[in-house]
Amino acid sequence: MKKAELMDYDKALELFEPVLGFEVHVELNTKTKMFCGCANEFGQGANTNTCPTCLGLPGGLPQVNAKAIESSIRLGLALGCEIAEYSRFARKNYFYPDTAKNFQTSQYDEPIAFNGQLTIELESGRLVTVDIERAHMEDDAGKLTHVGGQAGRIQGADYSLVDYNRGGVPLVEIVTRMIEGGEADSPEIGRSYVAAIREIVKGLGVSNARMEEGNVRCDANVSLRPRGSNILGTRTETKNVNSLRSVERAVRYEIQRQAALLAAGGTITQETRHWHEDTGITSAGRPKSDADDYRYFPEPDLVPVAPSREWVEELRATLPEPPAARRKRLQADWGFANLEFQDVVNSDLLDAVEATIAAGAAAQAARKWWTGEIARLANVAGVAAHSLVHPVQVAALIELVVAGTLTDRLARQVLEGVIAGEGTPLEVVELRGLAVVSDDGPLIAAIDEALAAQPDVLAKIRVGKVQAAGAVIGAVMKAMRGQADAARVRELVLERAGTAQ
Amino acid sequence: MTNLIKLSAADLSGLLADRSVSSVEVTRAHLDHIAAVDTDVHAFLHVARDAALATAARIDARRAAGDVLGPLAGVPIAIKDVLATQDMPSTAGSKILEGWIPPYDATVVRRVRDAGLIPLGKTNMDEFAMGSSTEFSAYGPTHNPWDLDRIPGGSGGGSAAAVSSFEAPLALGSDTGGSIRQPAAVTGSVGVKPTYGGVSRYGSIALASSLDQVGPVTRTVYDAALLHDVIGGHDPLDSTSLTDSWPSMAAAARAGLADGALKGVRVGVIRELAGEGFQPGVRQRFGETLALLAAAGAEIVQVSAPNFEYAIAAYYLILPAEASSNLARFDSVRFGIRVNPAEGPLTSERVMAATRDAGFGPEVKRRIILGTYALSAGYYDAYYGSAQKVRTLIQRDFDAAFAQVDVLVSPSAPTTAFKFGEKMTDPMAMYLNDVTTIPANLAGVPGMSLPMGLAPEDGLPVGLQIMAPAKLDARLYTFGAAVERLLEATWGHTLLSQAPELAPTEMFASEEGVV
Repeated sequence: MKKAELMDYDKALELFEPVLGFEVHVELNTKTKMFCGCANEFGQGANTNTCPTCLGLPGGLPQVNAKAIESSIRLGLALGCEIAEYSRFARKNYFYPDTAKNFQTSQYDEPIAFNGQLTIELESGRLVTVDIERAHMEDDAGKLTHVGGQAGRIQGADYSLVDYNRGGVPLVEIVTRMIEGGEADSPEIGRSYVAAIREIVKGLGVSNARMEEGNVRCDANVSLRPRGSNILGTRTETKNVNSLRSVERAVRYEIQRQAALLAAGGTITQETRHWHEDTGITSAGRPKSDADDYRYFPEPDLVPVAPSREWVEELRATLPEPPAARRKRLQADWGFANLEFQDVVNSDLLDAVEATIAAGAAAQAARKWWTGEIARLANVAGVAAHSLVHPVQVAALIELVVAGTLTDRLARQVLEGVIAGEGTPLEVVELRGLAVVSDDGPLIAAIDEALAAQPDVLAKIRVGKVQAAGAVIGAVMKAMRGQADAARVRELVLERAGTAQ
Repeated sequence: MTNLIKLSAADLSGLLADRSVSSVEVTRAHLDHIAAVDTDVHAFLHVARDAALATAARIDARRAAGDVLGPLAGVPIAIKDVLATQDMPSTAGSKILEGWIPPYDATVVRRVRDAGLIPLGKTNMDEFAMGSSTEFSAYGPTHNPWDLDRIPGGSGGGSAAAVSSFEAPLALGSDTGGSIRQPAAVTGSVGVKPTYGGVSRYGSIALASSLDQVGPVTRTVYDAALLHDVIGGHDPLDSTSLTDSWPSMAAAARAGLADGALKGVRVGVIRELAGEGFQPGVRQRFGETLALLAAAGAEIVQVSAPNFEYAIAAYYLILPAEASSNLARFDSVRFGIRVNPAEGPLTSERVMAATRDAGFGPEVKRRIILGTYALSAGYYDAYYGSAQKVRTLIQRDFDAAFAQVDVLVSPSAPTTAFKFGEKMTDPMAMYLNDVTTIPANLAGVPGMSLPMGLAPEDGLPVGLQIMAPAKLDARLYTFGAAVERLLEATWGHTLLSQAPELAPTEMFASEEGVV
């Protein structure tokens, strides 16, 4: 469907109520895979991190990764879930070449975590509580590369390559209950929900949480219900939406697409859909009926997972402060305005600013440096701001400014030196000789010279036109190569001109 | 010189230890015998003559150098083809794995090698261990050494025929519903299915994960115990492997050789498996054995296991269900043969289908279809779910029985070895052959089969099955060794000494290169 055939968004909401559901897959960052001892690493040579078990060779058997269980329980707890006293793996049977065993080892009716809740805050301040049905453990599939034909698509490909390095990587799949009442906010709910999950897993340290590397992947279910009806519409499942912005766009697109179809008397096909980042549209995948039969049955090669209540409580005690609560606390502590705070959060600089403040810097100064000069330099370098410089160095830099050793302009040069690896801010100051000249002697000499060179300016100052001093101050600052405190220069100019009070 | 191939593993162990014979001599004797008789018996799918002799030479060198070696070091062993071996093809009797050499050893194979045993080769079996006769091997059936026109049992007919024809003193088998015990029974050898979880399944090509168990196939109870001690014990690579520490099975078997070992032992006869509908000669020998036991001081107790009557039905739902999933990986993508469809496009799905159609035999397809059906939405509760409930009930029957008795006994199989083709067209008749052995797999308890005579009507071996509570495998060995001693003392010889001599084929296969 071309964009032209979409229904206007407001019109769509007038006619229909969107109903949402999300399945978010989180790749855990355990050292080894879910069911074998192979390394869980991104970007190795194809099929290097494999063994008889994750290759599905005859005779291979799974062993459960205890760290993956621990991470899953912590994630479940952070999502407000109950942790099952008795949980089992189950086989989900289907044939596909990226699935070495031709079944996925997953969980079915006995997931490790269930009945959770996550409250998210939209930009409008609206709070939306998303009910979590379950969070279950499973292993990831390998990666298929289709060669020949058009742009990596399976249709028309000459052949396909399989890399099983990702096969067997531990996943937690978080499934929401139906989200109703999202209305016009529905796309934003999708984005905020996935952002919240990403923030939680990052805070827990259980995943690298890089969406661009597929550490967090979202399947978005969207259906429309005609206003006044209580019958759910047919849903589509848009698979593997891999950025926050795309989640929002994909939900919005599906609402508009489905509305146009329904309004024209058409029907929605229950199917998976592919999201196309470049064109911003979804396209039909495979039909998906509720009767899809994966022939689930309890995995006979694994014993049940029965985490003791004591262990669960121990793990609960290790949970960090929930991200939303932490944000609320930090904004209040720092006294940032909403926009200022949002700026920090959106730039992914919360941790950096917090650490800088913890190292002694004033909150506003820390915010200003991180979202200003450091973010600018990071942008130029094409890297994340927090990877550019350590918060302790930023705090030291701010301290030098506060002490008057550096002006902002000098401090920016020092920052460049620190980033270039020349040392701590203090070391860069010494190495580059950048400190503000605080000895009045050289300043007075420079002022006298400047005044002598501009007798008309001197005359103006003497008759009370103090603003004329700017030209002299500029000349002095230039002569001092910026290493002077402009305020002190001004004082001394007026003094030497004989008008100082 | 002694005929080395007729000696037990324990006797060979003694001769090897005092260096009366070398492992190379012992190994060569067995390889030569294989070359002489296996064209007729067809116990082996692969014979690793050169590798076996080289391994034997290494063990001899180590012994000469004074290395401390285990009791079975230097003793040859045959390995069921269901076990992954990194130096020999591992086909599980299936066309779909023809020529496949795994990149790894099964844990039991690794342990056998570490203990210095000499792998002779891989033994024939029903395809993926589905069958009771080896007739479902993709590579042709194995013949019973007692009568070459008859089946050697299955699925492990190759391992049982190998030891009963003196091609190997020891073999490894796997038992999902009787695949070690029933072949042992019909070939006059000894076979043990250990407690579920007692022996690692890692590297054993899975049939039904919750039922499969690897175990020893031998000619004496004591040899089985020696081999059990080598292969048993916890394996972190098998999550269902028990972490218990185990007593020495060999010591347990030796305890059974003491005088009076049977005195006061409470022996339960399961009414449901006492022989109704069984071959008359099987019933007769079973009755005589019970009488001998009673005379030796054992207390014979009648027990009932009412739910055993549902065992076959439950088994033939659970097994196919698990097998349908376990066998899904045979898809041509990573290993094994690949067959392209005769016409039409080459999609992965169509290549998988064509490969599975060409690579799987009729019994495998039958069970995959059964299992797929049993797991289907809407049928799961009625079939797989109900079968699991029956399984629980059978476990309770065992619990109740073992509350009254120390061991349970029954004939190992309802009949002696049947003729080739007799049950091939009637799957139900073939399945019913497992009625005696299946309950132990469903409950996870250990079971043993040992010879209890020849049926008068056909002169073929009859097996006695002994079962013990889970984890009490040692009790099987103590009781089994005592029964074996009692029977052989009564007969004045071993059962296998009555087996017909196999005539060497005219041209030794070894002269043409071993198959």
